[in-house]
Amino acid sequence: MRYLPHTDEEIASMLGVVGAASLDDLFSAVPSSCRRNREMNLPEPLSEWDLNRLMRDFSNNVAAPPEYKIFIGAGSYEHHIPQVVPYLLSRSEFVTSYTPYQPEMSQGTLQAIYEYQTLSARLLGMEVANASMYDGASALAEALLMAVRITGKRRVVLSCLIHPHFRSVVQTYLAPTDCEIIELPYRPDGRTDLSSLPSLEDLAALAVQSPNFFGVIEDLKDPAERAHDQGALLIATFTEPLAYGMLKSPGSLGADIASGEGQSLGIPQSFGGPGLGLFATKMSRVRSMPGRLVGRTTDVEGRRGFVLTLATREQHIRREKATSNICTNNSLCAVAATMYMACLGASGIRELAQLNHDKAEHLKKQLRHRGCKIPFESPTFNEFVAEMPPGFAKTRQRLLEKKIVAGLPVETYYPELRNHYLFCVTETKSREDMDDLVKELTL
Amino acid sequence: MKEISELRFPDDFFYAADHEWAKPEGDNVRVGISDYAQDQLGDIVFVELPKIGDRHAKGEPFGTVESVKAVSELNMPVGGEILSVNKALEDSPELLNKEPYGSGWMIEIKPIDTAELKGLMAKDAYLGLLKGLNP
Repeated sequence: MRYLPHTDEEIASMLGVVGAASLDDLFSAVPSSCRRNREMNLPEPLSEWDLNRLMRDFSNNVAAPPEYKIFIGAGSYEHHIPQVVPYLLSRSEFVTSYTPYQPEMSQGTLQAIYEYQTLSARLLGMEVANASMYDGASALAEALLMAVRITGKRRVVLSCLIHPHFRSVVQTYLAPTDCEIIELPYRPDGRTDLSSLPSLEDLAALAVQSPNFFGVIEDLKDPAERAHDQGALLIATFTEPLAYGMLKSPGSLGADIASGEGQSLGIPQSFGGPGLGLFATKMSRVRSMPGRLVGRTTDVEGRRGFVLTLATREQHIRREKATSNICTNNSLCAVAATMYMACLGASGIRELAQLNHDKAEHLKKQLRHRGCKIPFESPTFNEFVAEMPPGFAKTRQRLLEKKIVAGLPVETYYPELRNHYLFCVTETKSREDMDDLVKELTL
Repeated sequence: MKEISELRFPDDFFYAADHEWAKPEGDNVRVGISDYAQDQLGDIVFVELPKIGDRHAKGEPFGTVESVKAVSELNMPVGGEILSVNKALEDSPELLNKEPYGSGWMIEIKPIDTAELKGLMAKDAYLGLLKGLNP
């Protein structure tokens, strides 16, 4: 669809038809208290040259890769994206495609989404995945609502090691409902403390992130069994799905729903968005699942075809009884993830995951040698928390001047963890990059 | 869709205005949807039924029926406790199209008040309603 602005003549002619003297007159029904009676405080339009210069100046103020070596993940991960992904993705069939309601003219888009569902379901070890949601945080909130729908219970329990932003979105999302949110603390080994779980009644869901915000791999099997014992669903969330290239999938460990962020899978970080909400579950729960779904079928001549299916769960048919008020998907990002996963293949994803893990272990070891403490002993993937020496804030500033961003202060989110920093190492960091960081640490 | 005259409405059933039927079976009441309802819905692909032991008042929703073109709520023709549900519909929802009064039954209720059956329509009244809907 093109964007064609109206000319002044067209606007005048339309106003004439409805009998309004001016645009302000047209909006006169909006109470004056709801209207802005000042001009917008916006700069004048710029020429293309000036605009480019302005944006360049902006970007010079930002520490961004590859110029900066950024050792932070915490929900957004820097990975190499094979050039074939942006190239294929820029094809107009993918970039400008609209909701594929008409299967007879949308087979390409529908098949791309179907492949996305297949690949994300396989990665998560689930039987069915939807066509994607906005991002990991809203996908988690939707999973909690789904569990409430299925169980008819009102209490949801979240690990405090779920990404703080995810938990904040969940608070917002569930605020208008009568659901109660309870947070579980963490144990000294960096995993979720489930000990208070049996004392909680009326549980709809237990949500655990793995790898969690501290980078620690949670033992999902145990929370799954404990949740099921109480008639609740286990929701496995994640910010780094690449980890499942080497870890057991949430589905194989007993999770009922796996939902989280898919940015890692071929989507640029772009300062925080757009992301990709992965959402997968068991086939027996498919009718309670939110979001759009593409299915494979055969046409009247017996040929393979793809269509939107089980749409009766969705808002345009089910109205207020729909499983969610999201009846769209994040198609372009989902297609990027499909291309990325297809490029790497199962063995490529496994190798890449191993590489991420090994590199992070290398930095962990180097930091240990330099006297930093690793407070949480449990195994990690490509992120870990290190307790740095008291003067580290100054060292970190010095490193920043050398274009190295040395970890995220965990204290911002967990005030009790002073001098603790969350480090991330992906395949984008070389051994030299890590050495540059480590040698700046004075003993 | 069929003409009203082609549809079947057994004499010994009670009918609700939103097209469920109720049939007393001893102390209990069996519930399903009428031949008219299944015909209007078309090919039924899924039926969502309540849990045994659930209690609903007359008129409250107890489940949903989904066809290739629509989803409809199922409402209790009489209030009561769910004693059993027709498990066969899980795998064979088409039974609803084939035998809406027989193997396509949905739930069996222990009614709170059998007098509520009297608020439902007998065959002739229901036929009158349908003819009003389809003049």
